[in-house]
Parts: sequence; structure tokens; C-alpha cells
Amino acid sequence: MVSKSLAHYSASFACLQNPKEPQWLQAIRNEAMEQFSKLGFPTSRQEEWKYTKVDFTRKLAFDHAPSQLNGVTADQLNQVTFGNFQCPRLVFVNGHYSETLSSLQDLPPQVQVRSLAEALRENPEQIKPHLARHAGYQDHAFVALNTAFIQDGAFVHIPEGARIEEPIHLLFVSTSLDKVTACHPRNLIVVDENSQATILESYVGLDQQPYFTNLVTEVVMGKNANLDHYKLKRESDQAFHVGTLQIHQDRSSHLRTFDVTLGGALTRNEVNARLDGEGAECALDGLYLVSGGQHVDNHTRLEHAKPHCASREVYRGILDDRATGVFHGRIVVQPDAQKTDSKQTNNNLLLSDDATINTKPQLEIYADDVKCTHGATVGQLDENALFYLRSRGIDATTARSLLIYAFASQVTEEIRVESVRSQVDDHLFGWLPQGRLIREAI
Amino acid sequence: MLKIKNLCVEAEGKKILRGVNLSVKAGEVHSIMGPNGSGKTTLAQVLAGRDSYQITAGEVIYQGQDLLEMAPEDRARKGVFLAFQYPVEIPGVSNTYFLRAALNAVRKDRGEEEVSAFDFLGQVREKLALLEMDESLISRPVNVGFSGGEKKRNEVFQMAVLEPHLAILDETDSGLDIDALKIVAEGVNKLRSENRAFIVVTHYQRLLSYIVPDYVHVLSEGRIVRTGDSSLALELEEKGYSWLAAPKPESVATGEAG
Repeated sequence: MVSKSLAHYSASFACLQNPKEPQWLQAIRNEAMEQFSKLGFPTSRQEEWKYTKVDFTRKLAFDHAPSQLNGVTADQLNQVTFGNFQCPRLVFVNGHYSETLSSLQDLPPQVQVRSLAEALRENPEQIKPHLARHAGYQDHAFVALNTAFIQDGAFVHIPEGARIEEPIHLLFVSTSLDKVTACHPRNLIVVDENSQATILESYVGLDQQPYFTNLVTEVVMGKNANLDHYKLKRESDQAFHVGTLQIHQDRSSHLRTFDVTLGGALTRNEVNARLDGEGAECALDGLYLVSGGQHVDNHTRLEHAKPHCASREVYRGILDDRATGVFHGRIVVQPDAQKTDSKQTNNNLLLSDDATINTKPQLEIYADDVKCTHGATVGQLDENALFYLRSRGIDATTARSLLIYAFASQVTEEIRVESVRSQVDDHLFGWLPQGRLIREAI
Repeated sequence: MLKIKNLCVEAEGKKILRGVNLSVKAGEVHSIMGPNGSGKTTLAQVLAGRDSYQITAGEVIYQGQDLLEMAPEDRARKGVFLAFQYPVEIPGVSNTYFLRAALNAVRKDRGEEEVSAFDFLGQVREKLALLEMDESLISRPVNVGFSGGEKKRNEVFQMAVLEPHLAILDETDSGLDIDALKIVAEGVNKLRSENRAFIVVTHYQRLLSYIVPDYVHVLSEGRIVRTGDSSLALELEEKGYSWLAAPKPESVATGEAG
């Protein structure tokens, strides 16, 4: 079985040979493919994949998604691009860049927001120092697979000193094709010294059909760079989503990321940040909201490599029905990283007896003068709070929904882009019984 | 307005109330006093509809209806209000939203129009002033970061907004300094009216110097062992509860008042 599914990817890989591709990239891709063939897809015997079974990789033979618009129109996208909110956006359909659906007005000329394929064709030298230098493909099958299939994705370059107020939207939509397909978006975001930007990556399924999104985003931050990064997933109910966000931070850079999982049959998110310069700070936040038979797995790794860095992490999850979840948050403090200040929290709300969550905070500390705390909670709705609300005349259903909303809002209040916040709220209100009433009242 | 007959309540197999009888008429203020563990808070919570207790015997008739059959929210809509001994913190829900939702639930039940956010603010300002509460408190999440005194004031503030028929105050005086106590008592006194009844549950007499009750009942080991007027509270203050600790069965335990 395993070898058969690997052979399928090898065949797809062979079809991607492009004589114009830079040699260094070809070498990386070949090496990654070799590595992927060696590793194979993970099994639950591996600690990192203990609670997330990726059987779909063996059961379904995914073809590489072909490059075609597949009838996607700008109108269809309006629902997923915040209506009137006209921020610069790059649109990818089944992993392929669509120039007609993208819009890039009003960006300062030296700022680059473009397809990676195009950037590789026109100026590969600016990509070379960063691409595949941070997201390790030696020991991670999905990253290796993505790296082997690097074709397209977003390339964002914010040059030194540039400050972009408007969010830049990278939108990845999946549509149904006549076969089950995989796409491997590869994004590179380079935020130079003293620059500032807000980037939103969103992954949206437009049709109900199985597909596999396997993405890697590398973020490289220069000194004093400031980045707000959002990743919003509304994949379709039958979709498989595996993603790695790999961040490298230089001195005094500030990163905030917010990860939202709303859809998908199976989602595995990895967020790995390396704080590699004194005074760097990062905040990782996340919300997952799953029901039915959905599975969501959040793996985060914060590596404090230099002294005087601070990190803060809050992930909150709401699980209903038979949904299952995993949170594995690792904080690594290297011997050099004295005066590290790190705090991690994971709170889970289980709305049904059949929902489960495996949460595992983990500290690995090799320095002696640090302040690190972590904590995880798993609970049901607070009976005292429910009674309190009901004793004031609020019916039981509304009281429950209100408390669920309140639970989520304690992390969503960290979302600083109003349109993103309202999109997440919209989803919540649609999901909650009596949500409409709560929305009107709030 | 309220008739409690032979109410027996258990929690986790432990008998807490062992046959409480109490009758409250509109316009009256009843105080329930008693030592810790006597069942005061249980009585208050059972009246408001807390479902973690088992009612093993007895009945409670409120305005002609079987109160124990009603869901907590229905009781609230019909005018029962409990000021909690330990008001619950609800992060993420603003006081304004909470209270307006509560008010509108009550109004809807009475067949009145719902109050808009704008009108609501106008209405609550006056009640805030009554309890000398800062307006900023109502935009904050319910009870989060409130001091003990602020929480208690917030309870009475909610009561003032919801205008219940039967208000039950569960140890509203605990955790209040003397100034806050006066403000809260003043707020309660302003709400006293012919159509409204109060049950004031307290451990100490001091609240009753400000909210003078018509009747004082002493609850001990799950029964009302003594009933008197406000002078009974003073007597308790002087002698403590110990002289009542071993209740003589039946002879004093009538508990009927008014």
C-alpha cells in the first residue's frame, strides 16, 4: 500500500521537470523527493503523529491539480474576500496563480506581492537565500513532499523600512475537479529590517469534494521587522489540510500569528518559530472550532535561540459531536537563551461527551535563567455561569451559545484586522444555535 | 406571593433542608438568618431553580404556580430574582449585553416591547447612579475584575433594572465595607414597594439595621426554628446562634409568618 501511494507521487513528480527551473531549486526538489521517498507518510507509531492518522494519504490517490480556473469567478470570491474590503490580493485556484482573479493596486512600487513561479522566472536570486532554508524537509514527510513539488505559491517581499497598513490577502481556493487532487502551495514571505506588514493567508473550499492541501509558508523577518500574520482555514468538509508555517525571526522583530481552523475533515497545522536574535518577540494564537467527525491537530514549536526573547501563546478549541483534536505545544529554550520569557496556554471546551482532545504542553529548557509557564485546560461549559445567565431570564440555548461565544472571543479579540475578526465571528454565529440573536445583541 | 410547604432538599445524598415552611406576601421583607451550613444558600438557590439539588418533598407555590416545575429562566421572567452570594464571572460577555438580554427576556414574557441598545443605556444610567456605580462598569465583562463589593453592587443593580416581584438576596452583605453596605441597602430600600417582596438571607444582623425586615426567621439544620420581628435579629447578634443550635422539634418550628 505505502509503496504504491509513494509511487503515485513519484510519477507526478517526474511530470514536473522544467528545463527553465534554476539549477539550485532543481537540486533542492530532487533531494526533497528522495527524502520523501525514504520517510514515507508518517504513521501513528511516530510520537509526532500519535493522535493524527493520515490514512487518507494511503487510501486516496491524489493527482497533481491541473492549472485551470475551473470556472471560478470574481463574484464567487467576494464571499471569501470580505465583500467590499478591497485589500491587495493574490488568488490561487487549486494551487495555481490566477492573474485575472488577483488584484494588486495601491502597493508601493518596491513592495513585491506576486506569484512565486513568476518571481522564480524573473529574479530567482532574491528567492535563493530563503527558499527551503528554514522549513526542514529532512525529517518531515509533508514538508519534503511540498518542497519536492515547489511550483507556485505567494512571494511577498516587504523591503527595508516599508510600512504597509493594509492587509495583504493570499487566497487559496479549491474547487471540485473530476478526480481527487493534491496541491502543494509554497509561500515565501520576507519582511526586511524595520518594515511592517499584515498578511492574511486563507484556504477555502468552494465545493464539497475530497482534496488535499499540503502547504508550507516560510516567513523570514529582519531586525525590528513587524508582522501580523493570519491563517484562516475554511476548507470543505471532506478536505485534508496539512500545513507548516515556519518563521525565522531576527533581533527585536515582532511577530503575531493567528491561526483559525473552521472547516476540513482533517487538519494538521504546524507553526514553528525560531527566535534567533535578542529581543525578538512573538505571539502565537489560535482558534479551532470543529464538529461532526472533524479532526484538528495543532502542533507548535517555539524555539528560543537567543537571550531576552519573549513569546506568548494562546490556543483555544471548541469541539462538538465526535470531533477530535490535538494540541501539542513545545517550547525549546537553547542554552544561550537566558532571560527567556515564555507563556503558553491551551484551553478546550468540549460540548459533547463524544468529543475528545489530546493536549500536550512541553517545555525543553537548557538555560537556567528563564521564565517559562504552560498550562492546558479541558472542560465543559461552566454550570455556575449557565445557571447565572438563566436565573436572569436568558433561555438555556442562548445561555449556552453565549458562553461558547464568550469562550472563543477571549482569543479572537486578539485579531486586530476588523474584517478578519468579523469573518470569524460570522462563522461562529452561523455555527451556534441562536447565534443570529446573539450577534444582533452584541 | 410565595408559599413554601415542608420543603425537603438533598444534595449528593446529604439532607440539607428538612421541611421548611415559609409564607411571604407582597410588600413584605423577610430575613432568613442562621449559622453557616444551616441551608440558607440552598434555600435561595432552590427558589431560583438551581438543578444540582434533589427536592425530596414539599412544594413551593409562587403567584399560584408550582415554582419547582419552572425552568430558572421562566422563574426569572415571572419576576423571581436571586442576588447571588458569589456572582459568577463571565469573561467575554459584557454587562450591557447580558443585562439587556435579561431585561428583554423579561419584557417579552410580559408582552412588552424589547428595549433598544440606545434606550437601554438611558434607562440604566439612573439605576447606576442609585448604586453609585461607575458607568464604565457596564461595558466590562460580567463581574470580571470586579472587587467583591462591586460584584454585590452589580447584583443589586441588575435587580433594580429587572424590577422583580420576588427578590432574594443571598448574603449580599458579605464582603461589603460599611460604606458599600449603606449604598446597597439604600438601593434595596428604594425598591421596596407594595407589590414586591424580599427574602434577605444573611448571617449577620448588621445588614438588617439598614434593611429593616418585617419578619426574621432563624434557619438551623434545615428547619426554621424561630420566627420573630426585627428585634429577633438583635437578640441573635447579642447571644449568637448557639442558644438555638439544638432545635426543639415542632414546638418552635412553625416557621409560618404573616
